[in-house]
Amino acid sequence: MTDTVQNNVNISNSILQFRQDFAIIANWVGFGSKVLDLGCGDGELLQFLRSGLEVKGYGVEKDDANWLACMQNGSNVIQMDLEDGLSGFEDQSFDTVILSQTLQAMHNTEEIVQEMLRVGREIIVTFPNFGYWRNRLQITNGRMPVSKILPYQWYDTPNVHLCTINDFDEFCKNHKITILERCVITNTKTIHFMPNLLGNLAMYRLKAA
Amino acid sequence: MQENNSVGIVAAQTAHFKKPLTLKSGAVLPQFDLVYETYGTLNADKSNAVLICHALSGTHHVAGKYSADDKHPGWWDNLIGPNKALDTNKFFVIGVNNLGGCHGSTGAASNNPATGKPWGSQFPVLTVEDWVASQALLADYLGITQLAAVVGGSLGGMQALQWTITYPERVRHALVIASAPNLTAQNMAFNEVARQAIITDPEFHGGDYYAHGVVPRRGLRIARMLGHITYLSDDAMGAKFGRKLKDGIHYSFDAEFEMESYLRYQGDKFAGEFDANTYLRMTRALDYYDPAAAFDNDLSLALKDVKAQFLVVSFTSDWRFSPARSREIVKALLDNELTVSYAEVTAAHGHDAFLMPDAHYHNILRTYLNNVQV
Repeated sequence: MTDTVQNNVNISNSILQFRQDFAIIANWVGFGSKVLDLGCGDGELLQFLRSGLEVKGYGVEKDDANWLACMQNGSNVIQMDLEDGLSGFEDQSFDTVILSQTLQAMHNTEEIVQEMLRVGREIIVTFPNFGYWRNRLQITNGRMPVSKILPYQWYDTPNVHLCTINDFDEFCKNHKITILERCVITNTKTIHFMPNLLGNLAMYRLKAA
Repeated sequence: MQENNSVGIVAAQTAHFKKPLTLKSGAVLPQFDLVYETYGTLNADKSNAVLICHALSGTHHVAGKYSADDKHPGWWDNLIGPNKALDTNKFFVIGVNNLGGCHGSTGAASNNPATGKPWGSQFPVLTVEDWVASQALLADYLGITQLAAVVGGSLGGMQALQWTITYPERVRHALVIASAPNLTAQNMAFNEVARQAIITDPEFHGGDYYAHGVVPRRGLRIARMLGHITYLSDDAMGAKFGRKLKDGIHYSFDAEFEMESYLRYQGDKFAGEFDANTYLRMTRALDYYDPAAAFDNDLSLALKDVKAQFLVVSFTSDWRFSPARSREIVKALLDNELTVSYAEVTAAHGHDAFLMPDAHYHNILRTYLNNVQV
C-alpha cells in the first residue's frame, strides 16, 4: 500500500521533472530550426519541440518498441545504433543535436560527443549528475545509488559512464568544447548554489571551440 | 479470421494504351496493354490511391483470390486487405503487371503489331524509368492525379523511389522496402549468371523460342535456383534445410539433400510459368537502375526535386539488398531535408523477409500508413 502511494508520487514528480528539462531544451532550440534527437525514446521531446517551436525534427532510436512509439507520435525516426557514430548525417547539417539523458549509457562516449559536434552547429547534452548529494549519501552508506533518475541496480544498469558536473566541465575543457550555457536542476528547481552537490540533472548547451 | 480480412474474390482488368511510348533506350512501343487489379474503393477526391510495384517475379495479383477455392492468394495478401497493415477500408490499392511482364501486360510473348508474330528478341529492353512512366499512364487512365503512396520491395522499391524523382507532384509517400539506389557489382553478377543460364540454353533461340514451340526451361530453372539462394540468408537455409537428407546418401547426383529438392522444385515451378524474355529484361532493369549516375554519382543531387515523404525499411539478414544500401537512400533524403523514417528490421529470412508476415515489420507499415492522410 505504501509502495503504491510512493510510486504515484514518483510518477507525478517525474512528469514535472521531464517538463522542466523539456522546457529548458525548448528554450535553447530556435523556432523552426532543424533538430536531431539522439536516443529519442518514444519521441516525446520531439513532439514537444514540434508543437511549440515548429522544429523540423528527426529522432534516432535503436529499440524496436521505442521506434514504433516514436512513429505513432508522428515523429521522423531513424533506426540506428549511436555506438556506430552518425555516419549517415552530413557535417553541420542540423541546428541542434540533442542527447538527452543518454550520455551515461554510451560506450563510445567521446566519439558520440565529437560526432554530435560534427553534425550539429550546437549540441545539447543532459545527464544525471552523479555528484548529487543523495547519490553521495548512498555511496557513503556503502551502496550504489538507486533513485528515480538512476533507477537501476548495479547488476542491470545500462549506465556505464556516469559522471559528475565537475567531471563533464573538465571533459569539455580537455576536448576544447565551448560551454554556451549550463543549467542544473533538481526536480523542477534550477540550482545555482553548489550545483555539483545539489543538482540532480545537468544540462549543457555546447559548441565546438 | 483470415477470410474476414481478405479482399475476397478479385479479377484482373486490362488497360489499352494506343499512344506510342518512347522508352529510355529510344525504342518506341507503338501500343501496349497493362493488366492490373484494384482493391478497396477510390474516394470522391481520388486521394486514397496506393500503387504497389512488384519485384522481379511479381505480378498485378497482389491480394485476394480468383475463386473461392483458390489456394494461392495474391503475393502480398498478408499485407493488404480490410484492417490489414495496408488497409483497404482506407486505401484504394492498385497492383499492376509491369510492361514487359508475362502475366498479361504487353511483353516479348505478345504479338508485335508490325508483324503479327510474338515480339521475342525484338521486344525492347525496359528500365525502371519506363515502368514508372507507364504506371503514371495507368494512373491517368484511372483518373488519379496524385497517389497517396507508392509501395514496393526490392526492384519494386526502386520504382517507388523513381516515382518520387520523375513525378514529385504526383506521389505523397514512398515506402521503399529492402531496396537499393543501384546494384553492386556482386549483385549484378548474380543477374549475369542467371541470364547466361537462359541465353545459353539451346532452346532459347536468341529469344525467339515462341516460333519454335519450345521454352528455355533449363536455363530459366537454373536462373531461378540461383535467385532463390540469394533471397535467403545462410541462417534461414540452415534452419529450413540444414544438411537434412531425404533418404540417406546414395552416392549419386540426384536430389539427396532436402535443400536440393527445394531448389529443383522452385526452379521447375518457375520455369513452367514464367517467360524467359521477361526474366532477362527484369534483371537488366535492375542492373541499369542508377538514378545518381546522371548526377556525378551524387544520389543527394539526384533527389533534389523530390517532395514525397518516405518510409525506408531494410532487413538485417538481407545480403542481396543490405541495410547499408537502404541507409544510402536515407542519407540522400536527409541531405535534402526530406521527411523520412527508417527501420532496420531484425529478421532471419534474408531478402525474402519483405514478403513475410513478421508482426513488427507489419506494425511498422501499419503505423506509417495510419499517419498517411487521404
